[in-house]
Amino acid sequence: MNRERLYNFAFFDEGSKREVRRAILKAVAIPGYQVPFASREMPIARGWGTGGLQITLSLVGKEDVIKVIDQGADESVNAVSIKRLVVGTTGIRTTDDAREATIIQSRHRIPEFPLARGQILVLQVPMPEPLRFVESSEYATKRLHAEKEYSGAYLALFEEIMKYGRVATGADHPVLVHDRYVMAPSPIPRFDNPKMMRCEALILLGAGREKKIYAVPPFTKVASLDFEDHPFEVESLEGRRCRRCGAREVFMDEIIDDASGGAEYQCNDASYCASRTRARAGAPASGGG
Amino acid sequence: MAAEYDVSALRVEGLWKWFGPRCPRCSTGREEALERNYCPDCGTVYALRDLSFRLFEGEVLGVVGESGSGKSTILNCLYYDMEPSAGAAYLSSFEGGESDVFSVSAQAKRTVRNTLLGKVYQNALLGLKMGFSSISNVAEKLIASGDRNASRMEARAVELLGHVNIPPYRMRENPEFFSGGMQQRVQIAKALSNNPPVLLLDEVTTGLDLSVQAKVLDLVKQIQRELGISMLLVSHDLGVVRMLADRTVVMLNGKVVEAGLTDQILEDPQEPYTQELVHSML
Repeated sequence: MNRERLYNFAFFDEGSKREVRRAILKAVAIPGYQVPFASREMPIARGWGTGGLQITLSLVGKEDVIKVIDQGADESVNAVSIKRLVVGTTGIRTTDDAREATIIQSRHRIPEFPLARGQILVLQVPMPEPLRFVESSEYATKRLHAEKEYSGAYLALFEEIMKYGRVATGADHPVLVHDRYVMAPSPIPRFDNPKMMRCEALILLGAGREKKIYAVPPFTKVASLDFEDHPFEVESLEGRRCRRCGAREVFMDEIIDDASGGAEYQCNDASYCASRTRARAGAPASGGG
Repeated sequence: MAAEYDVSALRVEGLWKWFGPRCPRCSTGREEALERNYCPDCGTVYALRDLSFRLFEGEVLGVVGESGSGKSTILNCLYYDMEPSAGAAYLSSFEGGESDVFSVSAQAKRTVRNTLLGKVYQNALLGLKMGFSSISNVAEKLIASGDRNASRMEARAVELLGHVNIPPYRMRENPEFFSGGMQQRVQIAKALSNNPPVLLLDEVTTGLDLSVQAKVLDLVKQIQRELGISMLLVSHDLGVVRMLADRTVVMLNGKVVEAGLTDQILEDPQEPYTQELVHSML
């Protein structure tokens, strides 16, 4: 049987796409505000990127080129499955090159290559509510956002300073968007937070299980929460250098050598690393899907 | 000293709180329409009925009465834990005492709650975040009032926790690991953190053993003397009220039945209910 007959273009019926797009429009209009939406049943389980996937599928057109990454990798199982679903229902082209893609769906990383005007970054979000750790009731957190009452978010950071002597967020460090809404940037490392500040691309965040969509429109002010005497800092990469491409000042994976027990470092963003390696070898920098 | 008591830190006027639909019979407000504080026709319970009182600056005002007489409801309404059905309240520290704190915007209410009031709950679970360190619990109110300097807030929290005799080596522990008396003292430190002009105390010593009760009461008295904070002290324990309160109001079925100097009320109660209450003191 023909695939086109089994599924509408991009899997969803047009009504569902419109509903998701309506939520996206509202999210763009109110930067950082979590817009509730009717999260659909998907062919992958909730918690595996359904929020991001619904955004991608509702936006994708025939001319789009898609890149999907899972914690920096283009070829992990999760990234490949999502890519195959999108390609299988749309027939569009994929790429590994962040500069070439029009839509980049990502789990927990923002690519190292700076994003450009016209691109859309779709982040998968497990827990969209930055205040959930201090307030378990949705009824209450809605009101806290409405009244711009964000002491809870600061309290969580303060508690880390009291317990560990410094802010110890590993990922998902809360940000204040457009001086109004405190937002969970999804579990990206702190290293990626500054990339959101006045980013040229549109950033959309989708939480399928929690049924929320929110957005950072291009060129929006995004400030990480901090204290006067504990200013926001990214992870220290001092003295680290990628063992493959020689890059510094990018987010690294630590690889322990079993034989020697020593640590080596490698770019977490696999396609960034590959394109640098190819460029050094004199091959064309662009990666193909 | 009377001259100092001329300014009211808090003025409450015509405060009502009812739970239920109300009906033509009970909404007239006539006494005979109700059985105690309950309307037999529609089942509405009247927790507070047209309550008015003043809390003067630097004063401790005791509120006594039996369970269900509406004592805690006053504090719940004043601290925005509950919405009053009708009535107004004015704080001298808020917009010169001109604005009714019940009818301002939600954001203004947060400001009042976070900067002008402190509350110690009967149940520490309501007043503290048990999963956060004691220092953070005290700092929470400072953060809420806009402080963004971690070391300054830490220093203030340590100072206050020291003031309420929490040993330094336990300040970083979560209150969930503390005894009831210690939790109550952490709550007091938290309520005091930004020097609120008005402190609301709801049964601060209930459920604590006698020696701890005495310590907490000493502490409250000491704080009141040193900082001159006005306090609204709700208690069903007349001993506590006798020790702390300058004036006392006696409540029954959501109404004030008697008000006056604490000594006067305890030595020479006028109303039958107050007489009964005082005579049942052990």
